[in-house]
Amino acid sequence: MKGPVLILGAGSDIARACARAFAARGCAIQLAARDPGRLEADRADLETRYGVTVSLHEVDALEVEAHESFVAGLPELPMVAICAVGLMGEQDENAADMTRAALVMRSNFEGPASLLGVLANRMEARGAGTLVGISSVAGERGRASNYIYGSAKAGFTAYLSGLRNRLAGRGVHVVTVLPGFVATKMTEGMDLPKPLLAQPDEVGRAILGAVEKGRDVIHVRRIWRLVMAVIKAIPEAIFKKTSI
Amino acid sequence: MTRLAGWGRFRPVETRLARMRDDGDVAAALAGGTALIARGNGRAYGDSAVSPGLTLDMRGMDRMLSFDADRGVLVAEAGVLLADVIAAFFPQGWFPAVTPGTKFVSLGGAIAADVHGKNHHVDGGFGAFVDWVEVMGADGRIARAEAGSELFDWTLGGMGLTGVILRAQIRLRPVETGWIVQDMRATQTLAATIDMMEATNDAPYSVAWLDCVTTGVMMGRGLAMLGRHAGLEDLPREKRRKPFATPQKPVLRLPVDLPAAALNGVTRRVFNAAYYWNGRRKPGPRLVDWDSYFYPLDAILDWNRGYGRAGFLQFQCALPQEAARPGMAALLEAIAASGEASVLSVLKRFGAERGRFSFPMAGYTLALDFPANDRSLKLMERLDAITLDHGGRFYLAKDARMPRAVMEAADGRVAAFRAMRAQSGAKGLFVSAQSERLGL
Ligand SMILES: Cc1cc2nc3c(=O)[nH]c(=O)nc-3n(C[C@H](O)[C@H](O)[C@H](O)COP(=O)(O)OP(=O)(O)OC[C@H]3O[C@@H](n4cnc5c(N)ncnc54)[C@H](O)[C@@H]3O)c2cc1C
Repeated sequence: MKGPVLILGAGSDIARACARAFAARGCAIQLAARDPGRLEADRADLETRYGVTVSLHEVDALEVEAHESFVAGLPELPMVAICAVGLMGEQDENAADMTRAALVMRSNFEGPASLLGVLANRMEARGAGTLVGISSVAGERGRASNYIYGSAKAGFTAYLSGLRNRLAGRGVHVVTVLPGFVATKMTEGMDLPKPLLAQPDEVGRAILGAVEKGRDVIHVRRIWRLVMAVIKAIPEAIFKKTSI
Repeated sequence: MTRLAGWGRFRPVETRLARMRDDGDVAAALAGGTALIARGNGRAYGDSAVSPGLTLDMRGMDRMLSFDADRGVLVAEAGVLLADVIAAFFPQGWFPAVTPGTKFVSLGGAIAADVHGKNHHVDGGFGAFVDWVEVMGADGRIARAEAGSELFDWTLGGMGLTGVILRAQIRLRPVETGWIVQDMRATQTLAATIDMMEATNDAPYSVAWLDCVTTGVMMGRGLAMLGRHAGLEDLPREKRRKPFATPQKPVLRLPVDLPAAALNGVTRRVFNAAYYWNGRRKPGPRLVDWDSYFYPLDAILDWNRGYGRAGFLQFQCALPQEAARPGMAALLEAIAASGEASVLSVLKRFGAERGRFSFPMAGYTLALDFPANDRSLKLMERLDAITLDHGGRFYLAKDARMPRAVMEAADGRVAAFRAMRAQSGAKGLFVSAQSERLGL
């Protein structure tokens, strides 16, 4: 793999794991986040461990107007762009307060879609590149316990499949990642079943593999394919009475 | 709340586990005022890395900050594992200067326990290769403690009870190849084993495995494994072209807890005899790759589940040089008489004592493991008494059960350690289940 890898939302645990997985392959890394000053230690880490070049960039996923100039300002158009931007919040609060709900929707759908959209256009013009969107199994079916987050992820998943369709045959590949539960800050303190809980470095390795092999949609742990197939198969009349 | 135990899985503690990602997280945790302790990779056998209040998971701080490739000097966060250090710098010819028997320990854990390797008699402990540590104290301030300073000397071996180690600068050792020239020698008696260790005191690495099942004159027979890093000239031609290439071994995992009965008296007896005879068959020097030499147990992940649900216990003491022979004999006699054979009994030579609270003292150390049950707990009380009789002390990184009075009788340094904790404000804040049990 040649050319730099851009990581959007680089402060998260999954982002750190992705950066390490690609840097270990020798790729230059561009880390972008709202507060790039907090990424200094990550930059040092990638340079020290893997001897790759790392640059830091400022971007706010919600400032959609600034995305064109952000991408234009990168030292080089990346070969791979991974969007790890996201926000879960608390479902109860999201449901009670629509400004919070809007923030969750914009952080998981509008922002990531805009960033990847700008990159898609430029990669299409170049005729090469890979876009990776980290979505969620929560987008596969709306559930009472997190449908605000889930619906935004559903939108993002659909957007990614549309992009993939549009760019197929134009040299640009799109990967949708449905990680399931991952042991990160987002899930800390939740009591989650071990076989369903992936570690961030597993996600990093899975994404590297998907990019190298040109896969379209991946679950990090296979078991999620089965779990979601079952959940999606339940008829709505029954599903609405459950609390899954 | 989570139930969390050490590597021996003995007596889990209810604690709140929080992952630390940067200094700010640690400062916020300290400001909360709850009693807490830092945890590295949980390889301490007992309860030293769990707190009845809050346990700080330091693995989220695992960034390497700089490396001087000319001098082998690394600055890194406390959550970095020795395995990470090896992965990053071994291909460039650098290896940890001191390593315990597993590479899955964090720098913070290696510093807090001032761990020793097979080279303590020559090089000293982990702390001998640390230039400075940055520690967040009870007041939330970060202090850089240079080697030789008081805070440094208490923190090395201080078991996380002086504060949270955030970062450190360590020196690695240059090596020419990934191979160890291992010289295996079998001995017939305990006296012969110790004679051998005395006679080979200049070997860079040395360790002996003891048969603690056999009684009578052959009690304490063993296999001594001496080692040194191989130079290029030690390698056969086909290995010289890629001197750091390591043979890939399958990594196994124990997926379930074995029933406790799987490692019963009979299987342990058979294991001891088989290990001895297998080793005896191939004495003399041969090349062993670094991973097999230093980390034989790492080839099976989660092997700690082999002892079943109740978990297992380690006993490790150090005896001063002059009392080592009679002391070791008395320990082995007590074990043999109890019928509770240890699967792995490891004897090492220690060099001079360093630091204010580090475990090693000039002499010998013996490490044993036992399944957790009433009989072995009884036996360990006997071993405590024998150790005290011979002026020895105990390794906190292995302890899960020692009574406070035994610790106090063994270690004259406890009073000063307590005073330092009280004076620095560490006492009320940095608390592990172990420090509570031992009243540290
Ligand atoms: C198979 C095996 C072989 C071993 N062989 C040896 C050996 O040969 N020699 C030897 O000396 N030891 C040996 N050990 C013990 C091991 O080296 C020590 O227990 C080491 O401290 C474990 O490191 P850890 O990162 O897992 O720390 P943990 O077990 O998580 O913690 C150990 C101690 O370090 C403290 N600590 C951890 N991180 C920090 C931090 N950031 N700041 C402050 N305090 C911190 C904890 O509070 C605790 O007191 C062995 C252990 C195993 C499992």
